[in-house]
Amino acid sequence: MVGLHKSEFRNPVVRWIDERLPVFTLMDKEYSKFPVPRNLTYMWSFGGMAMVILMTIIITGVFLAMHYIPHTAHAFDSVERIMRDVNYGWLIRYLHSNGASMFFIVVYIHTFRGLYYGSYKHPRELLWILGVLILLLMMATAFMGYVLPWGQMSFWGATVITNLFSAVPFVGESVVTWLWGGFSVDNPTLTRFYSLHYLLPFAIVGVVFLHIVALHITSSNNPLGVEPKGPQDTIPFHPYMTIKDTFALLLFFIFYFVFVFFYPNYLGHPDNYIPADPLVTPAHIVPEWYFLPFYAILRAVPDKLGGVVLMFASILILFVVPWLDTSPVRSMKFRPLARPFFWTFVASCLLLGYCGAMPAEGIWVPLSRVGTAYYFAYFLVVLPLLGKLEKPLPLPTSITERVLGGGPVPAAAAAKPMEKA
Amino acid sequence: MRTPRSILGGLFGAALAAGLAAPVFAAGEAPPPPRQAWSFSGVFGTFDRAAAQRGLLVYKQVCASCHGLTRVAYRNLAAIGFSDDEIRSLAAEITVVDGPNDDGEMFERPGRPSDRFKAPYPNEKAARAANNGAYPVDLSLITKARAGGADYLYALLTGYRDDPPPGVQALEGMHWNEYFPGHWIAMARPLYDDQVEYPDGTKATTEQMAWDVTTFLAWAAQPYLEQQRQIGVRAILFLLVLAGLTYGVKRRVWADLKH
Repeated sequence: MVGLHKSEFRNPVVRWIDERLPVFTLMDKEYSKFPVPRNLTYMWSFGGMAMVILMTIIITGVFLAMHYIPHTAHAFDSVERIMRDVNYGWLIRYLHSNGASMFFIVVYIHTFRGLYYGSYKHPRELLWILGVLILLLMMATAFMGYVLPWGQMSFWGATVITNLFSAVPFVGESVVTWLWGGFSVDNPTLTRFYSLHYLLPFAIVGVVFLHIVALHITSSNNPLGVEPKGPQDTIPFHPYMTIKDTFALLLFFIFYFVFVFFYPNYLGHPDNYIPADPLVTPAHIVPEWYFLPFYAILRAVPDKLGGVVLMFASILILFVVPWLDTSPVRSMKFRPLARPFFWTFVASCLLLGYCGAMPAEGIWVPLSRVGTAYYFAYFLVVLPLLGKLEKPLPLPTSITERVLGGGPVPAAAAAKPMEKA
Repeated sequence: MRTPRSILGGLFGAALAAGLAAPVFAAGEAPPPPRQAWSFSGVFGTFDRAAAQRGLLVYKQVCASCHGLTRVAYRNLAAIGFSDDEIRSLAAEITVVDGPNDDGEMFERPGRPSDRFKAPYPNEKAARAANNGAYPVDLSLITKARAGGADYLYALLTGYRDDPPPGVQALEGMHWNEYFPGHWIAMARPLYDDQVEYPDGTKATTEQMAWDVTTFLAWAAQPYLEQQRQIGVRAILFLLVLAGLTYGVKRRVWADLKH
């Protein structure tokens, strides 16, 4: 029996497997006993939601791939056949296409939560970086997925976005030809996008796995941003977080289903129900809503190369946020000076999103520029300087102390700290 | 009269419309089409079968001479209340080129319920050649492929004016329409009062025909719409109950924690 894992499970079958392949011990350790801070709010439920929605998109995607035909002459028709002739095909497709939007909604909230509570700070830098990598992969996957139905927006969106690479000095034109597999967006482009659209989600699953492994080393951050000092500050993942996350997930699915069943095309563009026509350019080419802020940054710069560089920089800058933010205090709860800057940052992202949906003319151009300027200033000026200038509020000495109502509490409650404890 | 359920749906819809739809219309330099109380709008809406059947008649007698409807099969018409026999005889009105047979010859046969509606032109070039260079689009997805959907289609069909507004120069071969983006549309006004004789005795005004054909085409664009909403209502009710129960369990589980 030397070399077998020492299993604590009593059930003989479970025990037999666990001794040889300790998956039960692993699940028990990582998803049952796993200690998390006791003060996690519903803002910490979005990671789990993102994982469930990712699974939903992958499963529906596998079924769509059984009926979809990646060819410029058949793609649009095959999608329409899925809608009309495949049993519940409309449901599978609407779950998939709206699922992509839901994935972005959840991941954006998850990211803003990380920014607000300083979840990227030591020791969670790599956890954050893996998250940004997931975001980047999601964007590539979603972009290629939108091309597959081969509607007008599919075709022209693909044309506009791939053409951005022509701004690269010297090799730009060659790079674009290489991406297209020809001299325009055509069948070779469609087939390679299809191949990559099927491949990348599994790469996302891989990075998500690493993201979770890294999370289970450091455990979750929490709204106070103070590390748990001992067992009194933590609770086991099961049943506390499992039931809380399940409730949050159900609410989220109600939101998701309102779109799927009653407004399935609201987040899309009507032009994508017109088959792609390389000879007819739509009046306004707009990307999917989740790309609009980045599209606005792209168009805010008068120079093509400059716009492309800034657009990519706006995502890449997230990778180095752990080193741009110089404040030792994680949670913005204790950074009253940083809070208005954070909310202005959220507002600038929303403003950029709105500008991205409008034509690049009139008032929308200067507004895009203001939004872009603030977006970068937040990371490059505000976060580095604030850490050195601001005076944060006193931190609670432990989570339990704060949760159970004692200890130093900021602002109004600070008057009567010690008597109650 | 609007029913409470459609008001509820309308509220959510209006909230959504305030978000992203506005920029779409702003781009088209035509007024947004007025909202209509369609039988199929709202959470519990269904297609008015009689209107859809009249709409098929309008499509066949007016639209079909230029516009295809090639994603709809005759068998699909059962969904708007046609009987098997009616479908069979409707399908038999067309001639389909089939084959090759065992001798390698193509042959003609009458249409069957499994056949799809036949396009009026063999290809886009032929369609353009016959229509002064303009392409009469296939109507299978028309209400999904235009901002404003059914409201827009109805507004377009009833939005023709004999003369452009004062001060606007007339365009040769084009027609002025209140709701078409840019106002000048190649399609001539298609509907005139009493153009179609309805078997059920409904008076065929321009508005009535536009209403009926829009109902029919809205069905043709998403024949699964009724099933979609039925499942949606059940799925969301189920989730609401389950979420309520889960919240109760969550309260029980967390009750033993001091916080």
